[in-house]
Amino acid sequence: MSEEIVIVGAGTGGSVLANDLAERLATEIDDGDVHVTLVNDGPDHVYKPVWLYVPFGKRESADGRRPLSELVDDRVDLRIDRVTDIDTDAKRIEHRDGTGPTEYDHLVLATGSTLAPEEVPGLAEAGYNFYSEDGAEALREQLLSFTDGHLVLSVVGTPHMCPAAPLEFVFMADAWFRERGLRDDVEITYTYPVNRVHGNPNIAEWARPKMDERDIGVETFFNAEEVDPEAQVISSMEGTDLEYDLLVDIPPHRGVDLIEEAGLGDRGWVEVDKHTLEAEHAENVYALGDTASTGVPNAGSVAHYQAGVVGQRLASHIRGYPATETYDGKTLCFIETGMDEASFVEFDYENPPSPAPPSEKLHWSKLAYNEAYWLTARGLL
Amino acid sequence: MSEPAYDADKTVDARGAACPGPLMDLIGAIKSADSGDIVQLLSDNEQSTTDVPEWAEESGNDLLELVETDDGYEFYVEKA
Ligand SMILES: Cc1cc2nc3c(=O)[nH]c(=O)nc-3n(C[C@H](O)[C@H](O)[C@H](O)COP(=O)(O)OP(=O)(O)OC[C@H]3O[C@@H](n4cnc5c(N)ncnc54)[C@H](O)[C@@H]3O)c2cc1C
Repeated sequence: MSEEIVIVGAGTGGSVLANDLAERLATEIDDGDVHVTLVNDGPDHVYKPVWLYVPFGKRESADGRRPLSELVDDRVDLRIDRVTDIDTDAKRIEHRDGTGPTEYDHLVLATGSTLAPEEVPGLAEAGYNFYSEDGAEALREQLLSFTDGHLVLSVVGTPHMCPAAPLEFVFMADAWFRERGLRDDVEITYTYPVNRVHGNPNIAEWARPKMDERDIGVETFFNAEEVDPEAQVISSMEGTDLEYDLLVDIPPHRGVDLIEEAGLGDRGWVEVDKHTLEAEHAENVYALGDTASTGVPNAGSVAHYQAGVVGQRLASHIRGYPATETYDGKTLCFIETGMDEASFVEFDYENPPSPAPPSEKLHWSKLAYNEAYWLTARGLL
Repeated sequence: MSEPAYDADKTVDARGAACPGPLMDLIGAIKSADSGDIVQLLSDNEQSTTDVPEWAEESGNDLLELVETDDGYEFYVEKA
């Protein structure tokens, strides 16, 4: 009997892991001792960082999609299906269309984040976001024809994907309106739920003076409670009302319900040991990427590093060795600070971030990485 | 651990979470609580000892007590 490894979700984490295992366990897979299945609920791999550029007319959302069949190693059994139920006691899973194995020896959850704008009344009707393909395209419609008025960017919930993206968006909007001679007619306000402009104090300290210099208004301790689409007002739990002409929001995020139903963690985030990435509430279950609750940012770089750790640990288990690789919290992020300059941060559980001085070179590095990403997904970079 | 200072209606255990996790967890719990409910937040993040009182003040909710324990802090916040 071959050992069955099932990976659920073929975004950054799941795809990199599947390709990593295909290489690491090539002999065992070829000999029929191990079988690796990757299940994804759509045929394409989606690279979300492209969406940041879509509202400004700089990229097309199609640039962020490629068929999984082109990216995933042939040694992996790719199933386009949705996992609908997990029973970790019986080590069984169910699929919507019934394809794919129903039993696993090792399960890896890489199901990412889902958006939950409905948690704030009025938000879904009134706000625009660049956190989905449709959202980024709808926001582009609005932004390209926006020539004057109040643009409010509200970070409604944390954790959310890419904690740098809301800062990037307002820095880019500022530079973009300036370049087009419209900045005096466009007021920009950024809101954040805690008492600084970013969850991480070092990044907040770095970003705040840049926002002041560029005349980007800031409202901290702003936890959006409701939006009135008619009056165009967003109100916070702390009692502040902001009138807007264009509302860009970072909606509340959740994991997938299936995880909560399986008792693996609240709001669909899997509770894991933050070093081994093993689920706290089940045996033989790992989680990685956004869905793993480790306290580090929900970022593709995190999913990528974690995939390497899970790959090594799984290969060790299968070969009967002790698993030694652990995740140290490593995170890398490029942060756009305008239309043609960017910064860069690198940090882990022990070492706090210290953003690099913004430069044009870093901006081009970010764009170059966006192109090279497809090699990452294929497991080559 | 010391005796709980209040009879909490809800407990949020955010021990191990990096900031702003604990404060965001508290805010989430307060959002879904009823007026007058007491929410207990457990956090081992030192930043919470400034973030939570400042947020309580800003949002008009009442921080009844902050207790230091062997493994972190207990905050008791009453929803306004
Ligand atoms: C606008 C934006 C900009 C970003 N910029 C950056 C950046 O510059 N750098 C960076 O590092 N990160 C960035 N990110 C974050 C990054 O995209 C995510 O953190 C990353 O995609 C997480 O990878 P993942 O594998 O955990 O999840 P995902 O890539 O989201 O993949 C999850 C997959 O699981 C599938 N799935 C879910 N449930 C099921 C199910 N039940 N059955 C089958 N399949 C399922 C989904 O369809 C999806 O394909 C950005 C995100 C956004 C939105």
